[in-house]
Amino acid sequence: MVTLLTGWGRTNPSATEVLEHGGEDVDGLARIVKALPARGGVARGLGRSYGDPAQNGGGVVVRLVDSVHDVAIDAAAGTATVPAGVSLDDLLALLVPRGFFVPVSPGTRFVTVGGAIASDIHGKNHHLEGSFGNHVRRLSLLLADGTVAELGPGERPDLFWATVGGMGLTGIILDATIRLLPIETSRCSVDTERADDLDTLLTMMDEGDRFYRYSVAWIDLMATGSRLGRAVLTRGEHATVDQLRPKQAVDPLVYDARQRIAVPPLVPPAGFVNHTTIKAFNELWFRKAPRRRVAQIVSIPAYFHPLDFVGSWNRMYGRAGFVQYQFVVPFGQERALRAVVERLSATGTPNFIPVLKRFGAANPAPLSFPRPGWALALDIPAGARDLDALLHGLDEVVLDAGGRHYLAKDAHTTPGAIRRGYPRLDEWRAVRASVDPAGRWTSDQSRRLRLLAD
Amino acid sequence: MENALGEPQTIVLLGGTSDIGRAIVDELVSPVTRTIVLAARRPDAVEAGPLTAPERTVDVVAFDAADTASHAGFVQDLVARHGDLDVVVVAFGQLAEQDDLDDDPTAAAALVHVNYTGAVSVGLAVAAQFRRQGHGRLVVLSSVAGERVRKSNFVYGSSKAGLDGFAQGLGDALAGSGASVLVVRPGFVHSKMTAGLKAAPLATTPTKVAAATVAGLRRGRRTVWVPALLRPMFAVFRHLPGVVWRRLDL
Ligand SMILES: Cc1cc2nc3c(=O)[nH]c(=O)nc-3n(C[C@H](O)[C@H](O)[C@H](O)COP(=O)(O)OP(=O)(O)OC[C@H]3O[C@@H](n4cnc5c(N)ncnc54)[C@H](O)[C@@H]3O)c2cc1C
Ligand SMILES: NC(=O)c1ccc[n+]([C@@H]2O[C@H](COP(=O)([O-])OP(=O)(O)OC[C@H]3O[C@@H](n4cnc5c(N)ncnc54)[C@H](OP(=O)(O)O)[C@@H]3O)[C@@H](O)[C@H]2O)c1
Repeated sequence: MVTLLTGWGRTNPSATEVLEHGGEDVDGLARIVKALPARGGVARGLGRSYGDPAQNGGGVVVRLVDSVHDVAIDAAAGTATVPAGVSLDDLLALLVPRGFFVPVSPGTRFVTVGGAIASDIHGKNHHLEGSFGNHVRRLSLLLADGTVAELGPGERPDLFWATVGGMGLTGIILDATIRLLPIETSRCSVDTERADDLDTLLTMMDEGDRFYRYSVAWIDLMATGSRLGRAVLTRGEHATVDQLRPKQAVDPLVYDARQRIAVPPLVPPAGFVNHTTIKAFNELWFRKAPRRRVAQIVSIPAYFHPLDFVGSWNRMYGRAGFVQYQFVVPFGQERALRAVVERLSATGTPNFIPVLKRFGAANPAPLSFPRPGWALALDIPAGARDLDALLHGLDEVVLDAGGRHYLAKDAHTTPGAIRRGYPRLDEWRAVRASVDPAGRWTSDQSRRLRLLAD
Repeated sequence: MENALGEPQTIVLLGGTSDIGRAIVDELVSPVTRTIVLAARRPDAVEAGPLTAPERTVDVVAFDAADTASHAGFVQDLVARHGDLDVVVVAFGQLAEQDDLDDDPTAAAALVHVNYTGAVSVGLAVAAQFRRQGHGRLVVLSSVAGERVRKSNFVYGSSKAGLDGFAQGLGDALAGSGASVLVVRPGFVHSKMTAGLKAAPLATTPTKVAAATVAGLRRGRRTVWVPALLRPMFAVFRHLPGVVWRRLDL
């Protein structure tokens, strides 16, 4: 069926033929791949990337329909073999009651394992444990010629690392074996602190992040004057049974991750999410955070996926949709981070609870986003005034500092910006082309950013 | 592929010397723009210089709106060289004194052929490509002259009325295809076309038409009136009784 597809940001749609297919029927999938039209094909997970990597105007998109019943847990090895179309939402519902957690969790559970690998997603634990690809033991990849390749860090490592972070452009990931994190309880123990400005925040994270598995800060970039950059830093760890109240300890692995409300499909009036409403929201968000609180016990959904309590919240932005601006700059380039923060604040651009994360070591994947440094992500209504000039200006600041942008979030930047941000792009292209010389894997993003070739 | 901010990578201007068309291109150009095609019946009259930039191709090509047989091949050739077409602006058009056309049916037919038939033919060729690529925006320069045709320029006005109807219908037909059509209805615009003519009330400039056009594209509008006041005015004009309309000296 030909469908208008967009990413989570609901911007720049294109019409794509969507084929849903069970990942276990490899022969059927191989037939689809061999019959791809001239405009090619790409896999799509749950469409949680913000921009256009999982759409392919005039071509084909393959959605894997997989069942969580086919997940195989090896408790002794601490791994799970998961069909790539399974969501982290379903996977967590299976794993948590059995005492396991996913090795990396993004800010939403509604992503697939295939999408998590293809974007090499990161979580609040990146500073210690790296990104999703670091925890993939092996995967199987359906190639453009219809054959299936077995890949791992020790098996065809070039193609493995080109697939990790490769945005679906090396083939369709069919399944993967991932390392799990054993947990005693389904709760987290969280410490919360506030910082009054950006410098204080960076110092706190520099000094203290290593003592916590998880760390992330929310910054208020709509506050002005001396409040600019005020932040709430939350850091935590999975709680142990002896940290729970007796009543909680009865069923320490109980897991309930239901969505509480959903934004109706009615499009809200244009400009509902505007400067005033976002500023008010940020104020509330900031006020509700305690000034200082230690060892607060909270559930996994409340700690990792607070936005998931509201379904389809992306509709709030109305017809124009929104973009997420996410970049990382290396340590030592705090000046660039500050420059971005100041410019965002000076232009008064509405932006939604920006997240600052301190990244640890990079992995070997040429297109993996995380590298040691400061990563900032914020949502901005796409209709915001003069946003084009602002973002292209910020791009220069980021790139001049040796930073880069995240392909899973990008919806605005240029081929040149990706070339500068990812100096190993040509290396990735060569590996990719060796298994897809005709360029059958394509997406709107790969065309827009000339990922396959200049 | 256009990005999330509505910035196209590939812009095609049909009527590469049109003052309004060039102003629209100037307004659309951004760091994202990789290809600008200026298509004109007199390519040597096209000034490409101001649009050149590093990492950008400005391609000046021959295009005659009257030569409808060439249009499908013309579009295919553009795609072969530049890939997807993100925004295509139909800015060619001819205006003539109604008095001169009254006694020259051949000239009148030639003008209508360019303004209407030529736009239908190239518009359909572009729409077919938009369907193949699953996205694309067609901007059509209509005119208030077609909204209610006046006796003082009824041949031109009728060609715009036909063009306007075609463009609206094409936009409706493209719903769900990822492609869209923006119909731009300016009033009197100071440009080459109107040089030497007495300016009408609410006269505007190519720059203003361009700003309104790009704003309309970004907001996903189907029609844009420039200036905006013309819309309520023509809502009234449209329904004036013939006796009144005939007497108005517009
Ligand atoms: C609220 C929210 C919070 C987020 N928080 C974070 C975060 O904290 N950290 C982070 O890193 N990201 C985060 N993201 C981004 C998200 O994790 C990534 O975009 C992820 O890739 C989405 O997965 P998906 O299954 O929806 O894939 P899609 O968005 O559908 O696709 C993403 C890419 O993966 C490819 N792909 C999907 N399935 C396969 C497959 N089987 N084989 C090959 N390629 C495939 C697609 O081709 C595409 O290139 C967040 C997104 C949202 C909406
Ligand atoms: N100016 C106004 O008041 C006004 C108002 C409403 C609507 N419009 C419309 O807006 C559009 C642009 O007008 P403008 O004001 O920018 O006038 P312009 O500068 O005269 O542009 C008209 C363009 O059409 C081109 N053209 C004419 N015949 C052609 C043909 N057979 N093939 C290819 N190109 C051809 C002309 O090329 P040459 O340079 O070779 O002649 C010129 O580039 C036109 O459709 C016009 O009808 C204008």
